[in-house]
Amino acid sequence: MSDDIQQGDDPQGDTKQHMHVDSYERKWVMISIGFLVFFVIMITIAGLALGIQVPTDEGRVNPNTLEDALPWSEPGLREIVPGEEYEVYIVARRFSFDPREITVPKGAHVTFWATSADVQHGFALEGTNVNMMVIPGQVSKLAAQFDEPGEYDFICHEYCGLGHAVMYGTLTVES
Amino acid sequence: MIEDRTTQSSRELNKSEKWFVGWHMIFAIAALFIGIQYGPMQALQHAGLDLYVKMPFLAASYYQGLTLHGVLNALIWTTFFITGFSTLVVIKGLGRSLKYPWLNKIGFWMMVVGLLTAAVPILADKATVLYTFYPPMQASAWFYIGLVLVVVGSWIEGYGMYFTFYAWRKENIGTRSPFIVFAALINMVMWQIATLGIAAEILAIILPSVFGWTAGTDPQLSRTLFWYTGHPLVYFWVLPAYLSWYAMLPKQVGGKMFSDSLARLSFWLFLILSVPLGFHHQFADPGVPAAWKFIHALLTFSVAFPSMMTLFTVVASLEYGGRKRGGKGLFGWIRALPWSDPSVVWQLLAGLLFVFGGIGGIVNASYNVNLALHNTAWIPGHFHLTVSSAATMTYVAILFWLVPYLTGKPLWKPKLAVIAGWTYFGGMLLFSNAMHVVGLLGAPRRTPLGIAPYIPGEWAGHLWRVGVGGTIMWIGLMMFIVIILVTAVQRKRLPADELVEVPIAESLQDPQDTPAWLDRWRPWLIASVVIILLSYGPQLYEQITQVQLTSPGFTP
Repeated sequence: MSDDIQQGDDPQGDTKQHMHVDSYERKWVMISIGFLVFFVIMITIAGLALGIQVPTDEGRVNPNTLEDALPWSEPGLREIVPGEEYEVYIVARRFSFDPREITVPKGAHVTFWATSADVQHGFALEGTNVNMMVIPGQVSKLAAQFDEPGEYDFICHEYCGLGHAVMYGTLTVES
Repeated sequence: MIEDRTTQSSRELNKSEKWFVGWHMIFAIAALFIGIQYGPMQALQHAGLDLYVKMPFLAASYYQGLTLHGVLNALIWTTFFITGFSTLVVIKGLGRSLKYPWLNKIGFWMMVVGLLTAAVPILADKATVLYTFYPPMQASAWFYIGLVLVVVGSWIEGYGMYFTFYAWRKENIGTRSPFIVFAALINMVMWQIATLGIAAEILAIILPSVFGWTAGTDPQLSRTLFWYTGHPLVYFWVLPAYLSWYAMLPKQVGGKMFSDSLARLSFWLFLILSVPLGFHHQFADPGVPAAWKFIHALLTFSVAFPSMMTLFTVVASLEYGGRKRGGKGLFGWIRALPWSDPSVVWQLLAGLLFVFGGIGGIVNASYNVNLALHNTAWIPGHFHLTVSSAATMTYVAILFWLVPYLTGKPLWKPKLAVIAGWTYFGGMLLFSNAMHVVGLLGAPRRTPLGIAPYIPGEWAGHLWRVGVGGTIMWIGLMMFIVIILVTAVQRKRLPADELVEVPIAESLQDPQDTPAWLDRWRPWLIASVVIILLSYGPQLYEQITQVQLTSPGFTP
């Protein structure tokens, strides 16, 4: 009965086309699923095999008492293995990072730890995958390898108040 | 036989119902008008032309302008339009009056009171917290109270629609619900499930802190609750556009709705998949375990699926219409579409832009890939293709027939309305593309790039395209506002035999042939709750049991 209606409706005898489109739709669905599965495989490989990971839960801290205890009472660079392994503790405070200037040697692998003393901030380091929220009460952590000498800005990318646009710092990689 | 398949009831809205829908549109368009005044100011600021400095009476800061722009355009224009449009769809689609009109009226006027309550502190620069109002940044209490009233008002309007639908069901046992009503109700249900997050955030965390009952807020938990609402909010904006593309646009191009059952299936998938994926906005958050972020990335991919189905079905309906109009060959049907009808043009361009929005959305959802663009200018570049293109352009398209329908007056200068659509489209291409590019280069969002010291001079070309594109978009929308205002206030009336109708497409397939399981609510609602509990339950439990209300508030 429904075929009759379609034929009746369509001067060009669209019934066949209608059926065709149905099979097109099935193909389109398969292609869509294929694409999505492919994307999932790619991000899984990037995450597990290449180690490109997003921040994860690193524990909490009281934003009102950062000055009272290490490591947040002494923000700055820590040398773990000279020339190779570094850690830097950064406190974001309206409207600057502490420290604002960081210098590491070429080839350094640097782990960035950050938290906020007041409102929500962001921390994005140009040219790297280090891009994370810096939230009061939380500890953020990401790492990057620096093989190219030069200056890399790290900027606050979350609105933190009227001075937000000037909140940034610089990491220098020495040759 | 053919008449049996029409979903169009012959009952038109009566005068008071038209006014009720019309009041929604008056507030929606007023919010759009005020909000877009700040759009080119932001865009030109990036290009180095700081109108905030030159015209300080318009806003105290870039951020106050951005707050006005975001709240009025993303929250108010959308919510007022959607509740008004859904009311029209329910009455017209069911062919019956609202069951309890007073309930819908209470809901609507509560939204108005909420809007005015929130507007006062925003205009007074006491709520310059942007439309995400992340604590511990703190606004005047009235800002939050106003937002709560807007949301609760929209819930009440939704209840009024449910009661009406329930009454219709009892009067029409065994009849499939009309697709347009079905779609509008799914959107309202999804909105009510989704806004529980923002309601909990404001009532349980933010307001107690603002009133000084607690020492502060827990910013991480607040973000989790906010984004529980934040992503489905996007679907709340876009689904009314889908409704129009599925079931109205085909009629406007002289075709039919391609498939009633597939359209329903995709709306059910939006109901159950729109909410459980909010962590994809929090990939860069410290307090959410990476494993949960990955799970939400997968769920976000799954909601791309009904969108891809929609793309197919809508294009198939358009092709059917184009060929009926005499279009031949592989692409001839596209030329055969009615490109002189402004409502059609704005929707076709909206859909075209949304293809790019959808592709960008999949990029955003891609877990570690997100590190390359989180909180960069790419993001506003992206969502101007969704809320400002797919949603806003389709709302404008709907208003091009809705205002003549409500007023009985002809659309003023339809040709100009077509030009306005192409103008806005062109501006959007420039603006959005440039925003994506500077975002990938590392420019942060929500930042007046024109004064940011770290922005290299080489980006000037891109930033000028942002400024010029944003200004052209503004011109396009201002043309729309003038056209719609003149349409509404002119003295000219349509003759009785040329009155504008609500375009409702017939389905190629008899809606009665749609399987019953696609018109039954309970199983899908249960599925929705179960998926939310599985995807959010463990993390919410964790974050709530470990809550630390220790972050004191800060004014901007």
